[in-house]
Amino acid sequence: MIAWQEPLVDAVYVLAVIVFILGLRAMSSPATARRGIVQAGVAMLIAVAVTFVIPGLRESNFALIAIGVIIGSLAGWYWARVVQMTAMPQMVAIFNGMGGGSAAAIAAVELLGNLSNTSVSGLSLAGAIIGATSIAGSMIAFLKLQGWLRSKPIVYPAQQPTNIAVLVVGVALGTYAVWMTQTIWLLPFFLLMLLFGFLLALPIGGADMPVVISLFNALTGIAVALDGFALVSGPLGDAGYAMVIAGTLVGAAGSLLTLLMAKAMNRSVGNVLFGAFGATEETGTTIQGSMKPIEADDVAAMLAYANTVVIAPGYGMAVAQAQQKVKELADLLEAKGVTVKFAIHPVAGRMPGHMNVLLAEAGISYDKLFDRDEINPEFPNVDVVLVIGANDVVNPAAHRAGSPLQGMPILDVENAHNVIVIKRGQGKGFAGIENDLFYKDNCHMLYGDAQAAVGKLVTALKKMD
Amino acid sequence: MAADLWTALFIGILAAFVGYEVISRVPVLLHTPLMSGSNFIHGIVLVGAIVALGFSTTPLEQAIGVVAVIMGAMNVTGGYVVTERILAMFDRSKKRGGP
Repeated sequence: MIAWQEPLVDAVYVLAVIVFILGLRAMSSPATARRGIVQAGVAMLIAVAVTFVIPGLRESNFALIAIGVIIGSLAGWYWARVVQMTAMPQMVAIFNGMGGGSAAAIAAVELLGNLSNTSVSGLSLAGAIIGATSIAGSMIAFLKLQGWLRSKPIVYPAQQPTNIAVLVVGVALGTYAVWMTQTIWLLPFFLLMLLFGFLLALPIGGADMPVVISLFNALTGIAVALDGFALVSGPLGDAGYAMVIAGTLVGAAGSLLTLLMAKAMNRSVGNVLFGAFGATEETGTTIQGSMKPIEADDVAAMLAYANTVVIAPGYGMAVAQAQQKVKELADLLEAKGVTVKFAIHPVAGRMPGHMNVLLAEAGISYDKLFDRDEINPEFPNVDVVLVIGANDVVNPAAHRAGSPLQGMPILDVENAHNVIVIKRGQGKGFAGIENDLFYKDNCHMLYGDAQAAVGKLVTALKKMD
Repeated sequence: MAADLWTALFIGILAAFVGYEVISRVPVLLHTPLMSGSNFIHGIVLVGAIVALGFSTTPLEQAIGVVAVIMGAMNVTGGYVVTERILAMFDRSKKRGGP
């Protein structure tokens, strides 16, 4: 007897997967993106609902499932709702970590129940390795982004041999558990895999977070797909196919985004993961010239009489939550007939597209935002560039042989007639490298917190009317 | 069951190419919603968690299963809400933005 449930469940999963793909495709344009995610949301809801009618689920577990779904959904919904927009990178990190954790936990259940089924247990083992790495690494990323853990790389002697040893011993224990069908070895296996995830993320610094968040997102996708393979080859079947497709989709998309981010810094993903970039400071280079401070009133006058002003924001704008003030400044300048554009570096901030999100939050139209490649040829004709809390992404040291930044594609702001840098103090950027830009003749420093400094500019501009 | 595994492998390989193709055209502007949206899509893990918990028999399996379901539900709900909030801002900025 074929029950009605199975075809229904399969049909719903097929439809859901189609909507997921279309939903991600809709992300290629701002006009369709929102509709795409809403449709994917509805599809996900139906896919989850229909899972309850899968034949063979033990009814005695339904209450547990319901409790879990309710607790998790309320927690996720509440947290994602109340959090500030500036905390988005850590939110993405934590929800991604939850996905990795869930994948690892599913793998644990599969391992406990099907240890003697080699294909299920082998695939679950792989899912557990990647899922556990993803949750542990994402938690470290969350703690760093939240500021609860030092965002500078955390290094110790023999770091990589230690990490590799943890990974190898962990995987060996897991393999042994499967081989000998002894569940007891699974516990140290899981603990070591979590430890490996922590250790992997510790030496990675704040400015490398766009690569790292994206990478862990891809890893969770792969872990979900591996769990899917395990379910398919076990007795639990159908849900596995949906997980294989959705998980692989995300794994591929996330890997591509990770590579794009690494490329934007002219570094390999391996270098980002293992390079502990920014842990050491550059020594031995001396830069000619000096940093020239400037007052807000003078900057305001300079901006008011410019034809074109380009604003280059960075993480400092996010930290100071200055985006509303920046919007106010842009509006005032436009009212005076100044053309205002925004130059966005792909890795400015702490996640891919971070600056775009913050400026959108402030209500700045996205047709004023320009990519590095679009805006770079325009700088020679720009009167004033206002650098707000960005450092390494505008550092011309990237063009200098021997600099740690060498080869990183940057915003060539130094080609503009005047550059004003808003910066808290004279300190170095994240990479610990002196910024040649600050010493150029056409560059002046406006010291202060980004929000306060832009606020002063706004006040000064208003006085001029 | 081995046949199912091979089928899944074929499907998985095709899905990887689809993922690559679909994403390669996304502009920098939408990198955050793309990442956050794909974060939501792997929330499908909740379906697997429900199945795993639904079939579990021992108290240990049930306990781990509940953890899987809670985390999966957080992933899917949080991922959705974050993505929706970000995209809502892009909507608004389009309407509000001047020439």
